Amino acid sequence: MKLIFEKSTFDREGFKLPKLDVPECKLPTDNLLESKKVNLPQVGELELVRHYTNLSKLNYCLDSHFYPLGSCTMKYNPKILETIAGFESFSNLTPNLSLSKKGFKYIQGSLALLFQLQNLLTEITGTSKVTLQPLAGAQGELTGMLMIKAYHQKKNNQKKYVIVPDTSHGTNPASVAMAGYESISIPTGPEGQMDLKIFKEKLTDEVAAVIMTCPNTLGIFNTQIKQICDLAHQKDVLTYYDGANLNAILGKIKPAELGFDIVHLNLHKTFSAPHGGGGPGAGPVGVVDKLVPFLPEPYIVKDKNDQFSLYQQSPDSIGKVAPFFGNFQVLLKALTYILILGKEGLEKVSEIAVLNANYIMESLKDYYQLPFRRRCMHECVISAQKQKEKGISALNIAKYLIQEGIHPPTIYFPLIVKEAMMIEPTETESKKTLDQFIQIMKKAAKLAKESPQTLKQAPANFIFSRFDEVKAARNQNLKYKNNNNE
Amino acid sequence: MSIYYTKNHEWAKVEDNIAMVGITEYAVSQLGDVVFINLPESEKSYKQDETLAEIESVKAASDIYSPLSGKVTELNSKLDNSPETINNSPETKGWIAKIEIINSDEINKLMNKEQYQQHLQTLK
Repeated sequence: MKLIFEKSTFDREGFKLPKLDVPECKLPTDNLLESKKVNLPQVGELELVRHYTNLSKLNYCLDSHFYPLGSCTMKYNPKILETIAGFESFSNLTPNLSLSKKGFKYIQGSLALLFQLQNLLTEITGTSKVTLQPLAGAQGELTGMLMIKAYHQKKNNQKKYVIVPDTSHGTNPASVAMAGYESISIPTGPEGQMDLKIFKEKLTDEVAAVIMTCPNTLGIFNTQIKQICDLAHQKDVLTYYDGANLNAILGKIKPAELGFDIVHLNLHKTFSAPHGGGGPGAGPVGVVDKLVPFLPEPYIVKDKNDQFSLYQQSPDSIGKVAPFFGNFQVLLKALTYILILGKEGLEKVSEIAVLNANYIMESLKDYYQLPFRRRCMHECVISAQKQKEKGISALNIAKYLIQEGIHPPTIYFPLIVKEAMMIEPTETESKKTLDQFIQIMKKAAKLAKESPQTLKQAPANFIFSRFDEVKAARNQNLKYKNNNNE
Repeated sequence: MSIYYTKNHEWAKVEDNIAMVGITEYAVSQLGDVVFINLPESEKSYKQDETLAEIESVKAASDIYSPLSGKVTELNSKLDNSPETINNSPETKGWIAKIEIINSDEINKLMNKEQYQQHLQTLK
């Protein structure tokens, strides 16, 4: 497909400026003018529309295809969420109204919604209070880590380390480092959960916190979670729940009741606000009583006259982590999602997410190696280690799936599983779609034995062929240049 | 000259008080094609097991740990422009850095060739 620059011609125009109907005036200084010729493409409107419409057809998205990208929870986001977030009464609102007393009167409705979401998320996580500010899951993590730091500083605790299992998301050790701690990585035992013996050895008085994703990135629920939290608390080590996989236990377990002190949520995953190029995220953080004074401020409170205002009075608060109230419209989508589903609906979400993942795992267990033979939660990790003997890697299978119209699962993650393929079907897919996927995966396993070359050459008969990933990473060519090198 | 290995698949060729450091054939086979390496800082001292360099392949980004404590005396800066050298000859031309050993007792914590081969057997 040609670039828009390559379609440019001088005899077509897509836009005409209206006639100048005011007196012409000079720019205040000449250096605002570009002296070089600006190389902009010039095409007619129809060509422009076709160009971008055709480009959009190349887009691989959830609205068009199955997208079982493990760890990412690429579930379908009901369109009503967009409709509601798009209401003019929300989209035309300016957060600046919260800067004056008078303005505050006009945003009472919006504050009421945010207050309601704060409370619902508190209920869902079992925590005492929630901040809606963080703008993404990773920022939620950092917010959590900064609160951990503030808590220990306040108590004069000498802490240096944060414990992270080796299956954790890469953002975990990164957040630890950003908060000024050093991370200690704990290996995974044969059961697919953090090795408890090594955890006990590493759990010293110098440990500030332990971060757990539960279920972990292998899709396995850690059955020792309660014990881990109890052991941590004995040494005043705070426990952090990475909510990336809350999808699996939503409505079934409240993380704070398991013993977690801090819980972050990915609204753009579990609560169906879109993500992955689909818009901004939101990573609210809930904390138990002892950490409430450290929460970012302001948060929304309701007074006895049912008026909503902002609370910011704790001297120990870590301060603001985002402008105003966070990503307001993302928050609105999550609230809509929760209200539409209700408590029973949310429980059903996790039930079906877990059922779907287990259905796939069971259907594929004779075809692919399972690194851990036990019930999975909302996602399953299988390995192409069997196929590797025939020279077929997880990458080859991923490319074959593209050819078959399916977005490949996450590959080579978690790092501890060789030739890993991490599949998360989510609760939004039908059995029919799952069956189609299973058939294609079985066919890939068969091809690996009988015709490995087909997999090595995939995708074939597709809009693009196999990319040279090494060249793409090493010799990047991201800027258009015409024949005159401009 | 003697060669030693770590559990994390680094090698160290020790001659007098200088260790030449790189990653093993096995490490490369697991990483796949290398696209980028972030070399250590020249003249900087690293502790044993501390992150010495970062390596990125088409599959993943990983840390390379220093097999011994010491000060970096020389870098293989050719790797900046041709990281594929690590794929082609990880245990010779694809060396990463030379470090001046501070504590030669640490060598006892490393494996010799035979022990490393046995270690690889356990990973299969």
